[in-house]
Amino acid sequence: MIRDARKEWGIALLLIAPFLAIYGLVFIYPTIDMFLLSFTDAPLIGEGDYVGTENYTRLVDDRRFGTAFWNTAYFVALSVVPGTAVALFIALAVSRLSGRFQALILAMFFLPYILPVSVIYLIWDWTMNFQFGIAMHVYDLLGIERIPVFKTTTWFIPAVAFITIWWTCGFNILLFLAGLRAIPTEIYEAASLDNAGRWRTFSRVTWPLLWPITALNLTIQLILQLKIFDQVYLFSQGGRPNDNLVMVYYIFQRAFQSNQGGRAAAVAVVLFGIVIIVSVLNFQIMRLAGRKQ
Amino acid sequence: MNAQSARRFNVIGAVLSVLTVLAAVLWAFPIYWGIVSSLKPEDEVVRPYIELWPDNLTFSHYVHAITQTQIGRWYLNSVITAVGTTVITVFTSLLCGYALSQLRFPGRRPLYWLILASFMVPTQTLIINHFVLVANMGLLNSWAGIILPQLIHPVIIIIYKQFFDQMPRDFREAAAMDNASELAILFKVFVPMNWGVTTALAIVTFIWSWNAFLWPFLAATRTEWMTITVGITQVNDAFGVYYARELAAAVLAGLPVALAYLLFQRRVTQAITLSAGIKG
Repeated sequence: MIRDARKEWGIALLLIAPFLAIYGLVFIYPTIDMFLLSFTDAPLIGEGDYVGTENYTRLVDDRRFGTAFWNTAYFVALSVVPGTAVALFIALAVSRLSGRFQALILAMFFLPYILPVSVIYLIWDWTMNFQFGIAMHVYDLLGIERIPVFKTTTWFIPAVAFITIWWTCGFNILLFLAGLRAIPTEIYEAASLDNAGRWRTFSRVTWPLLWPITALNLTIQLILQLKIFDQVYLFSQGGRPNDNLVMVYYIFQRAFQSNQGGRAAAVAVVLFGIVIIVSVLNFQIMRLAGRKQ
Repeated sequence: MNAQSARRFNVIGAVLSVLTVLAAVLWAFPIYWGIVSSLKPEDEVVRPYIELWPDNLTFSHYVHAITQTQIGRWYLNSVITAVGTTVITVFTSLLCGYALSQLRFPGRRPLYWLILASFMVPTQTLIINHFVLVANMGLLNSWAGIILPQLIHPVIIIIYKQFFDQMPRDFREAAAMDNASELAILFKVFVPMNWGVTTALAIVTFIWSWNAFLWPFLAATRTEWMTITVGITQVNDAFGVYYARELAAAVLAGLPVALAYLLFQRRVTQAITLSAGIKG
């Protein structure tokens, strides 16, 4: 077949033009703008003067930035590995079932993931309500003293991490289930002929074969949780936002509540850098691991 | 394996199944509790003991939400912005994915790498500049302003490219022999043959967009421009807290996406596994 190269180029341009226009406008331009803004003292809307790297050097002694950074790290620690582990347990349990029964049970575990964060917030704010929440009945039953969970600094991040795992782990369950289905049944038949018990089958067959999916889940979780904002913001309403700051929340606070666009942009650049570095490292580690196998 | 140990294994299996069901019930319970609480009169909601079903079932909180709040307006905003985001995102990604997969043009490789690289960029860090951009365009408090920054889902392009890459070459060549134009090949051959993946991608894009919080929250500074996910948490009753009313609003906000999932369970699953880079 003879290709008319020029005609093909023209059509290709026509097809990619709408995407390129949107991409340039809401992706490339704002990214460049973010870097430029971070070197100025501009308010949220309006011009500012060039201040060099001042916005960055100020972050070193910025107590709120420290809070935001460490809270984010703490949240990541409490959500990524535990969330992936919970998802793996549930996926293993669900994968034993079959047919419509399996679909029903899976739907019950998956449903939270599909709901908007505000619904998750309202449900859990109600469940954990200090006076009337059903979780407090459980506290009473266990003889634990009732606490207004989202108003305390100690319990805020762990509680939000717990709710986040409940909310988002449906996604990871689906990935694990896809991974479990991809393991050939012959391998399990061979294992059962060898009289391998449940634990041996899991540790010698399922776990190693599932490792790529586990790594994928950890990666996705890690990058997702670094960018946490919605839950923290919602549960902080009427609480102690300054103690509960996370990175994106701090960007929001500086830009939209203190009207300091330049200083907020510097925080945004730092988070941008962290996420890119983590992504690249992850990609390299996965590639090396892939080569070794 | 002898008969005795087989029986023991079955017992373990049955116990595991029962535990799984119990865990699932416990897992979904907060959702059930939210729904049931929204169907109780306020005085029943705050009783100091647990009632799994209302004594006096009432829909008054739903009536209140629909007639006495701006929820109708928020629903409209959510429907329009979610459908708008879905149509524009899926359509532009389809065109771009086709060009990347089937056409040879200068800059094809760099474009592909650019799209892959953009997976890493956290859009949450762009909120300041999105806000400035949209404000300068005069689009704060508008449907277009809520939609615009939500149109970046590079993963959809990559999924389309993968699906189009798998199409047999004969289709394109046969169509080209018949002098069919490139657009005709795309819309008469490639799109119909990949209808399933388009449906799946459209459903999840709709769900993502309906559930979006951060950007719609920033883009709407006036209550009448809020989407439902923002409105139900940002506008409170002027007279104290009404738990059942709040929960009724939450049920209304979650209903469309919950239904979309329950009706299209298989498609949602497919799109989600595809979006993580796993072949469904």
